[in-house]
Amino acid sequence: MSENGRSVKSGQTRDAAIVGIHEFPSRDVEGQLSPLQIKAECAARALEDAGLSLGDVDAIYDAGEAGGMAGLGISEYLGIRPNVIDTTMVGGSSYEFHAAHAKRAIAAGKAKVALLSYGSTAHSNAFAIGVGGHGGGGGMPGPADNMERFCGMTLVSNYAMVAHRHMHEYGTTSEQLAEISVATRLHAMRNPEAVQAMRALEFMDIRETTIQDVVSSRMIADPLHLLECCMISDGGGAVVIASPEVARDCATPPVWILGGGEATKYPENGGDITTSAAAQSGPVAFAEAGVSPDEIDIAMIYDSFSITVLTLLEDLGFCKKGEGGSWVEGGRLRFDRPSDGPALNTDGGGLSSNHPGMRGIFLLIEAARQLRGQSCSQVEGASLAVAHGNGGMLGSRHCAGTVILGRD
Amino acid sequence: MADATRPLPNAREPDTGAFWEATKNHELRYQRCNDCEAVIFFPRRHCTSCLGQNLEWQASKGEGTLYTYSVVRQSYHPFFKARAPYAVAWIDLDEGPRILSNLVGIEDPTRDLTIGQRLRVEWEDHEHLAIPLFRPI
Repeated sequence: MSENGRSVKSGQTRDAAIVGIHEFPSRDVEGQLSPLQIKAECAARALEDAGLSLGDVDAIYDAGEAGGMAGLGISEYLGIRPNVIDTTMVGGSSYEFHAAHAKRAIAAGKAKVALLSYGSTAHSNAFAIGVGGHGGGGGMPGPADNMERFCGMTLVSNYAMVAHRHMHEYGTTSEQLAEISVATRLHAMRNPEAVQAMRALEFMDIRETTIQDVVSSRMIADPLHLLECCMISDGGGAVVIASPEVARDCATPPVWILGGGEATKYPENGGDITTSAAAQSGPVAFAEAGVSPDEIDIAMIYDSFSITVLTLLEDLGFCKKGEGGSWVEGGRLRFDRPSDGPALNTDGGGLSSNHPGMRGIFLLIEAARQLRGQSCSQVEGASLAVAHGNGGMLGSRHCAGTVILGRD
Repeated sequence: MADATRPLPNAREPDTGAFWEATKNHELRYQRCNDCEAVIFFPRRHCTSCLGQNLEWQASKGEGTLYTYSVVRQSYHPFFKARAPYAVAWIDLDEGPRILSNLVGIEDPTRDLTIGQRLRVEWEDHEHLAIPLFRPI
């Protein structure tokens, strides 16, 4: 039994908990704020949420996305001198890595209060990460980029090549992939900040969508349509993670980090493009948490594109490889169908609420909202969530971070 | 427009420069490890199976199958924007390497391509190197 009164599975540890969260409400700062300013404001609000203060923070987790030397720039800007500085930068999955690393550092006694923060002005900068942007070599100069840059592989086409192969091998259809966009938009329409985001980014038709809407939207890179692609917003967020002793006195109920897993994936001769790094990180995270996918209530899965979610759901073990298409059919991923398995991206996701380039922190934030009972699309009694970040590019090289979260 | 050229590889890149050097003669190269026989691609200085450096260049016959592809309808790059829709593909060469390239010689790439179809290399010549593109056989 845990000291909090709920039975803890054998081997499951409750070393650290998310105690403070904040998602920056605006998706268009109109060039008026910097990424660092967004990070600092989110940090302040997340600490306030937890009932902690800046002086309590003794560990900083920073992907370096706001510029300067990672970890150092944000420490100086905030005015803290942490004992643990972790600068893991693995794209959109950075924050799942950070959460798992914070759990380890806290369990090892190296820190008591960890701060994760994110800030981006991708929309204001018109940073071409989206539908027309190029992604050869994952943006990294080096030998791989030198072999790939010449052929004009856009970011969308990188993911679209996974979708095409998935369709070829397993018979997956565009209508099945559209289920992911439809469920996510349904959740977005229930989230006032997501609706405001779509207005700010001048979405043409802000309403619930149908499968027909998705498959008849403009083709961006075959076989992916416009409504299968995430938005490009400004935004940011912060998460505060604390030791059990600190968490006990916080203003919010603890959301325990029960397990974590991380992995890499890159093109290999003869390799399988339809299987992502999640197939390696997922089992490790579930094993550490002592839970199985069929126990999960909330699936916060990085939705850069529809195919990302379908692939990751399979790789995380919600269904078998190749069966994702039929598994998601019939609105299964909606928040109001809890008996059918987890609800997907109940905040509206990157597709319809928030994607400033590295969405991983929002996966933790919405998972925590659900486990606290505070989501706009609340799943009643939600007690277990998975947050899975995919950083880099699904169709070539990427990192995966899986985190399992649970409440008391 | 000065920008409207294909982004070209760097023929002096430490790992892959020798690959691009050989393209001048329309040779499509890959490496094989003399110690463990692994095929290495993209090229590098060591074997990705045994970390040894006893590698030998091999010439591919330039034929393979289409593993997967996408047809790009929208690009912001001036060279590619002018060519949309165009096909980007991963191609499995018969000798083992998987190479990323463009598909050419197709009337309508949104309709006329099939995963698994046979392809053959064809070369787009530039001043200091040639770009390997693939055409349905």
